[in-house]
Amino acid sequence: MRTISILAKRELRAYFYSPIAYAVIFMFLFIAGYFFFAAMDRYTYASFEMSRMAQVAGPQQLTIAQFVVTPLFGNMSVVMLLMTPLVAMRLFSEEKKAGSIELLFTWPATDFQIALGKYLAGLAVMVVMLAATAPFIGFLWLHTAPPWGSLLCGYLGLGLQAAAFLALGLFVSTLTENQIISATISFGALLIFWIGGWTVAGKTDMFSQIVAYLSIMEHFNNLARGILDSRDVIYFLSFTIFFLFLTLRSLEAEKIGG
Amino acid sequence: MIKAESVSKKYGAHLALDNLSFQVERGEICGFLGPNGAGKTSMMRILTGFMPPTSGRASVAGFDTRKNPLEVKRNIGYLPESTPLYPDMRVAEYLDFVAELKGARGRDARIKEVAGAMEITGITHRQRSLIKTLSKGLKQRVGLAQALIGDPQALVLDEPTIGLDPRQIVEIRSLIKDLAGKRTVILSSHILPEIQMICSRVLIINNGRLVASDTLTGLSGGMGRKISVRLAGDMKRAQQTLADSDGASGVELRKSSETAALFDIFLLPEADPAQWRQWLIKTAGEKGWDIMDLISSAAIPLEETYIRLISRDDDRAGEREISATAEDASPAAESPGQNTGGDADGYSGGASHNGE
Repeated sequence: MRTISILAKRELRAYFYSPIAYAVIFMFLFIAGYFFFAAMDRYTYASFEMSRMAQVAGPQQLTIAQFVVTPLFGNMSVVMLLMTPLVAMRLFSEEKKAGSIELLFTWPATDFQIALGKYLAGLAVMVVMLAATAPFIGFLWLHTAPPWGSLLCGYLGLGLQAAAFLALGLFVSTLTENQIISATISFGALLIFWIGGWTVAGKTDMFSQIVAYLSIMEHFNNLARGILDSRDVIYFLSFTIFFLFLTLRSLEAEKIGG
Repeated sequence: MIKAESVSKKYGAHLALDNLSFQVERGEICGFLGPNGAGKTSMMRILTGFMPPTSGRASVAGFDTRKNPLEVKRNIGYLPESTPLYPDMRVAEYLDFVAELKGARGRDARIKEVAGAMEITGITHRQRSLIKTLSKGLKQRVGLAQALIGDPQALVLDEPTIGLDPRQIVEIRSLIKDLAGKRTVILSSHILPEIQMICSRVLIINNGRLVASDTLTGLSGGMGRKISVRLAGDMKRAQQTLADSDGASGVELRKSSETAALFDIFLLPEADPAQWRQWLIKTAGEKGWDIMDLISSAAIPLEETYIRLISRDDDRAGEREISATAEDASPAAESPGQNTGGDADGYSGGASHNGE
């Protein structure tokens, strides 16, 4: 545990030595902020319209959760899909390119400790990125009654998704010493998982159901809507563990093959 | 202290290390010598636990690199060839991280450890500098400091002076000599004088095989002596006569003009140089040669020993291939390389000379 935290601390510092962490977090917040602004704006306009219509059509359902929180989390998850490969790409690729991996693996630490240290550092960057969206909630809290349950569920969804995406990115970064290739492959792989559900929408055969189950969006949408289902949580956790396992296998295979 | 038992390493179909065995005792400074691509780095990577051997076993301080990699890593300090440090860290910060990772408990212990390593390697005055701003020589020192942290019993240094300027080379060499003392040091190099200056023992590796393992004096002595002679006369026949003489293992024509030539004669280790000189003087009289110069140089310099060992090993590798293909083609036929088949194993101890 000590070794993992030592490695994670160094890795986290490395993120902030380079402009990568700042650039990724800045862009994420900029885009997420715009989506938040747009959602609030739409909500204001809609509630104004509704209050006019209510005299004719009777009272209508119009909640913050439905109009702001769900679309905002949906949008943030797409931005996250774009940003996570950029956070993960350097984890092993950079060390392979620089050759420092040779020293890293001759210091007294196991593969598992090294991989987990790197993974946790990347995850910390993602958590910082998500935590920086706290002012959105502050704003909601100041001006409306925030739907706490939906918010919590949404953040849990984003957190789980970050963990899963990063695990895949970590694995890919063990495969190449080129960071751009690492980011491109992770992005492509995530996108396939993401849109897998589209191709089989409405079909009921076995294959389509498996593809649908593997689709990230399917599981994330439940959480973004404020529905906490253990199946979705298990999906993200097993996704994460599977790719962390592949990371370890890849590190081992590389040593044996040289 | 450090032991390799029939270690082999394959990268795909390429055999990088071929059944390599050796042992390095505590306190020895042992040099790995060999041409580029001979397998020096592969061997070091196996010893440091960076990668496992394909077959055979290696151990450091009694710990098997495959079964107890963590213990091996705790007992070894490694400086890879390219000195891959983290360029965005500051010197002291980097060393502090390494100290923490190598198990220094508590802030005070770490500070002491780092200060000690910086002092030995002479980088204390640059401790606040970013590593990427340091010169190659200073980076090399940081790399050495990193290897020293945790006070390992063994140091493995892969070409520690490569890419340095002459003054830095001298500094790093004397630093390594100072470091030795109670530690066991393995260092690789293809710079012969460097090995000669620092090491007490040499392992010569070629094509993944151990060609020789001996002390420097043993290695030179084992190769026999060299006599240089400048002759005037019928030079065409002279070379053949010299080569056929009793006790000579080889003759090289170093320089020749129309009237004279300079020969290097390599004597077998068991040959007596004085006797051979007498034979030469007698033969010169018979054949009408004029001996213009006779230099009875002491031992063969390490460069020549090294080159002769390596090229002899390459020749054997060639013969092995020829005999292998010949035997494949016609098992019954007499193959040209058959009688050399027995020499297939790289021998250790430069003294055994097969008098080819």
